[in-house]
Amino acid sequence: MDMLSNLWMGLTVASSITNLGYCLLGVFLGTAIGVLPGLGPVATIAMLLPLTFGLPPETALIMLAGIYYGAQYGGSTTAILVNLPGEPSSVVTALDGHQMARQGHAGRALSTAAIGSFIAGTISTLLIALFAPALAVVALQFGPAEYFALMVLGLIASIVMASGSLLQAFGMILTGLLLGMVGTDVNSAVPRFTFDLPMLSDGINFVVLAMGIFGLGEIVANLESEGERTLLTRKVTNLMPTREDWRRIIGPIARGTALGSVLGILPGGGAALASFGSYSLEKRLSKEPECFGKGAIEGVAGPESANNAGAQTSFIPMLTLGLPSNSVMALMIGAMLIQGIQPGPSVMTEQPTLFWGLIASMWIGNLMLLVLNLPLIGLWVRMIAIPYHFLFPTIIALCAIGVFSVNNSVFDVYAMALFGVVGYLFRKLEVEPAPMLLAFILGPMMEEFLRRTLLFSKGDPSVLLTRPLSAGLLSIAAIMLLLVVLPSVRKKREQAFQEG
Amino acid sequence: MALRIRSKREFGSALLYGALGMAGFVIAGDYGFGTAGRMGPGYFPRVISGLLILVALASLLRSLQRDGDPIGPVNWKALLLVTASVCLFGLLLIGAGLPLALTVLLLVSASASEHFAMSTRSLAALVALVAVCTLVFAEGLGVPMPLVGSWLSPLFAS
Repeated sequence: MDMLSNLWMGLTVASSITNLGYCLLGVFLGTAIGVLPGLGPVATIAMLLPLTFGLPPETALIMLAGIYYGAQYGGSTTAILVNLPGEPSSVVTALDGHQMARQGHAGRALSTAAIGSFIAGTISTLLIALFAPALAVVALQFGPAEYFALMVLGLIASIVMASGSLLQAFGMILTGLLLGMVGTDVNSAVPRFTFDLPMLSDGINFVVLAMGIFGLGEIVANLESEGERTLLTRKVTNLMPTREDWRRIIGPIARGTALGSVLGILPGGGAALASFGSYSLEKRLSKEPECFGKGAIEGVAGPESANNAGAQTSFIPMLTLGLPSNSVMALMIGAMLIQGIQPGPSVMTEQPTLFWGLIASMWIGNLMLLVLNLPLIGLWVRMIAIPYHFLFPTIIALCAIGVFSVNNSVFDVYAMALFGVVGYLFRKLEVEPAPMLLAFILGPMMEEFLRRTLLFSKGDPSVLLTRPLSAGLLSIAAIMLLLVVLPSVRKKREQAFQEG
Repeated sequence: MALRIRSKREFGSALLYGALGMAGFVIAGDYGFGTAGRMGPGYFPRVISGLLILVALASLLRSLQRDGDPIGPVNWKALLLVTASVCLFGLLLIGAGLPLALTVLLLVSASASEHFAMSTRSLAALVALVAVCTLVFAEGLGVPMPLVGSWLSPLFAS
């Protein structure tokens, strides 16, 4: 059993005192920031990223993964207790979770979310251990044409899965690609779109872009409606689900895990779609669908498991192909590059301790969340109770310091301010910025692979269609695009996003 | 026939994409285009910018055809103050040092809120936050941010 011995090796790496400590710290800080209303995982990770700069690569990645799970779990806590989901994937949790809390069952909703996430996390960690090596073997045979085709597929998928108009999402992809080109061209050393600013010769830093658009832009948008938030319960009691609850949640957890694991691998923001998908699935399967939206425990268990499973399996394409499937993974790739690791199929063979250590730490992180969060719920409740007018200046301060520390550059601070304005503009125009960040990260790689493909083929683009793998990937992309343009599917897609 | 903008949102994004696409296309015109087999630095940017202009045109057409929601009111005060607070932080960081720059950032950004008020509680929070950030980031993590900026250091030099 190769997989088991590898997992064992991973566990030994991940359970060294240092790594355990940073995993714990990551999970703790991630939850603490993640519970703050209005902060999703992207902003949380971007804000806490500087804390990992001085660490060795393994430890840094383990801590970041911990921050990610923590942030996600914190987000669902807030969704349940104050009905303020910090990210699209916990919008669904808020529907029934918050209703449960209103009926005095906050404790059961929270523990259901935690247990569902843990079970989903355990199963999907095993799936990663099982499938990632196989995929990495396939990936080693990928040439530039296949990589290019895969990225096209990823971008198309993110258009399909973005909420709102397809045309707008396509525009955001192109905008992201264009922003990704800022900086010195690797092949010709020509500086592009730098406006003669030496600070731009290395391109726009992705942390600057992410914090500006997801951090500052969000804050300004939140300040528009500074209504009073009502925190329901100061004391959360009855943390354990009853036997009846267990009977009701086990099915949704299993189905949510399966659905989430599959959707998470797909490029283009799996976690959010997974929780929407799981919610409508459970509603359809339920004998009493009218209870949904009024505090059905199945409506918490399914989506929470699905989004955690999706969050986990989205590591598969990132670790094996070096391709981000959503904005969080794009940030993880950025963090790996800062650590001097080029994500891709070679990571697993060349740095097995890093690869397996990270995978094992995912499971440990999930376990910590389960053990830590329920007893600490009192602390999280107090964090949520901090009024927003105290919070947002703090968040801005942390963003400013964080952005400065990436390159020790004041220019980056100004650039973040600019992207904050842009992010607010996007929100006013109701265009979803997530596809843009994905395209921004993929852009430079895409251009490079396209150039190489066409260099080998002497300018003949038909190679993309004559190589079986790349032809296959491109036809999947084409089919996806055709499907969403069909009016009937289009209606379904709009419905799926409106369930939330 | 009078043209009427029926969806302001759609029209706004058409303008945004159009401006970006045109700027990209014109600027990339200075970079060598090359051929498909040997792409120059201008090839990919111009293709992408061209596509962006097409998206803008399609968006423009749609804004004339379909009714849409108006763009909601813009919170100029918050936008201005939040942006200014970050820029001031950048301006002051090296010259005045981290604690001062941070204080200015916190005060300016906080005034964007309608709940902004000077109270002992908020002042205590301000001092605590500045102290914690300075300790954790400048001292603990060693981010090179001066405690006393270059403008002020003569005062402390004696």
